[in-house]
Amino acid sequence: MATVSTREPAVVTETLSRRFGDLIAVADVSMAVLQGEIFGLIGPNGAGKTTLIKMLTTLLPPSSGTARVAGFDVVAQAAEVRKRIGYVPQLLSADRSLTGYENMLLSARLYAIPRRERAQRIAEALSAMNLTEAAGRLVLHYSGGMIRALEIAQSMLHRPKVLMMDEPTVGLDPIARRVVRDRVRALRATLGMTMLITTHDMGEADELCDRIALMHNGRIEVTGSPAELKAQVEPGATLDDVFAHFIGVEIQPGGGYREAQLARQSIREHR
Amino acid sequence: MSALSDYGWQIFAVSDAEVRKLRHDSVELVTRAVQPALWLLLFGQVMAQVRGITTQGTNYLDFLVPGILGQSVLFVAIFYGINTIWERDMGVLHRYLVSPAPRSALVLGKALSSTVRGFSQAMVVYVLALILGIQLSYQPRNIIGVIVFIALAAGLFSTFSVIVACIVRTRERFLGIGQVLTMPIFFASNAIYPIHLMPRWLQIVSRLNPLTYVVDALRGLMLPTTVSRIGIPTDCAVLVASFVILVAIAARLYPRMGE
Repeated sequence: MATVSTREPAVVTETLSRRFGDLIAVADVSMAVLQGEIFGLIGPNGAGKTTLIKMLTTLLPPSSGTARVAGFDVVAQAAEVRKRIGYVPQLLSADRSLTGYENMLLSARLYAIPRRERAQRIAEALSAMNLTEAAGRLVLHYSGGMIRALEIAQSMLHRPKVLMMDEPTVGLDPIARRVVRDRVRALRATLGMTMLITTHDMGEADELCDRIALMHNGRIEVTGSPAELKAQVEPGATLDDVFAHFIGVEIQPGGGYREAQLARQSIREHR
Repeated sequence: MSALSDYGWQIFAVSDAEVRKLRHDSVELVTRAVQPALWLLLFGQVMAQVRGITTQGTNYLDFLVPGILGQSVLFVAIFYGINTIWERDMGVLHRYLVSPAPRSALVLGKALSSTVRGFSQAMVVYVLALILGIQLSYQPRNIIGVIVFIALAAGLFSTFSVIVACIVRTRERFLGIGQVLTMPIFFASNAIYPIHLMPRWLQIVSRLNPLTYVVDALRGLMLPTTVSRIGIPTDCAVLVASFVILVAIAARLYPRMGE
């Protein structure tokens, strides 16, 4: 039993689908994220990445199909899943009217981290994200990169088995992007956490991810390591070529007004 | 046992975060103080001259003070749901919803924090009453009673507000409906005139209105010479039962905001 459970993928879905009225946002997705890997979901806006990740974080019930995260069903055992995952949404999840430390305190309490461990865990997470000095300041006065770092710190405080990040570097300047990527890599190296990341930045996917699933119109078109995917297209191909090969280069409809508004709003707020 | 204490801490966590926000920026508490002052100093002074309002031996201004307290707690709490919409738009709400905290703990935490705003309104009203020379009861037993009823009222109306927010989902619609809801709750109650002056149908409506029970209890507790007409245990039972039902509804609707 124990050996079976340690081999179970960190995330596994079977024909997972989500419809909004007539729109099929996620269609029959079957995938597995292995323990300890950094798995990238890439695809254009409106491909269904956020919808998929929302189902895996228990925020959104699937229309059909199943998903298990850290060994538990996202619908029937949602509370168990929530204890074992961290989530960094695309939007700003840190509360700007609180200080960095207060945001951490809120997370620690929501996850029922024992009192005697709380102070040390918060201090460690803040230090890992290089936020110790800024901890007493209101998040309102943080830079975009610092807010992302804080959100990641909040999400790893309870040592989740799986950390899911929706567009963690969207709206950040190149230096902040680099910092966030370095921290993500360091986290994996020190804690061996499984990570599921969505992005539409091919460079980021290439650099960070062990494996990638390319999403388009709610479906996963292809899955593999960046090197495997590039080899499938042509020698010397980049991930941009992979993207163009599987998805095409025409502008895709989708995303919708609200999504575009929120994406731009989050970019503005990050400045 | 530990699950129960976790539950309590999770309620406290949500509530403490809200109170800390108020501490960082307490402008809201100050601006909120204006409204009860206007009602007591302008409306009350004039209406006290109207002989048609019979308040059974109580001076009208005395009669008005608990009513204005109930009303100002209502007005503060009823717009609380806009925070839920704002938190959803920002993304803060998702952080709450992906946590293992039971959804009812999240809702109760928000309700608890709104009582702080209610208490600040109470302090304003007590200070105004002192300035106006209105005799209030300062018995510790009565003060504790007032605190309990304000907490119940603030929790109840703010939870109602969260339910409305979960249904209407956008700020614009919420603001519109907030205005529409506040006035009937206020006028179809015993806050500024006694129920026996109302037409029969309105008396029935007012007995279904939680604000009536809040103000009835506050009158009994705050005014030394007035007794509650409904009875304070009944007031308390009605409000607790309504609150429990509203929390149960809100806990079911709240997660839909994260979808």
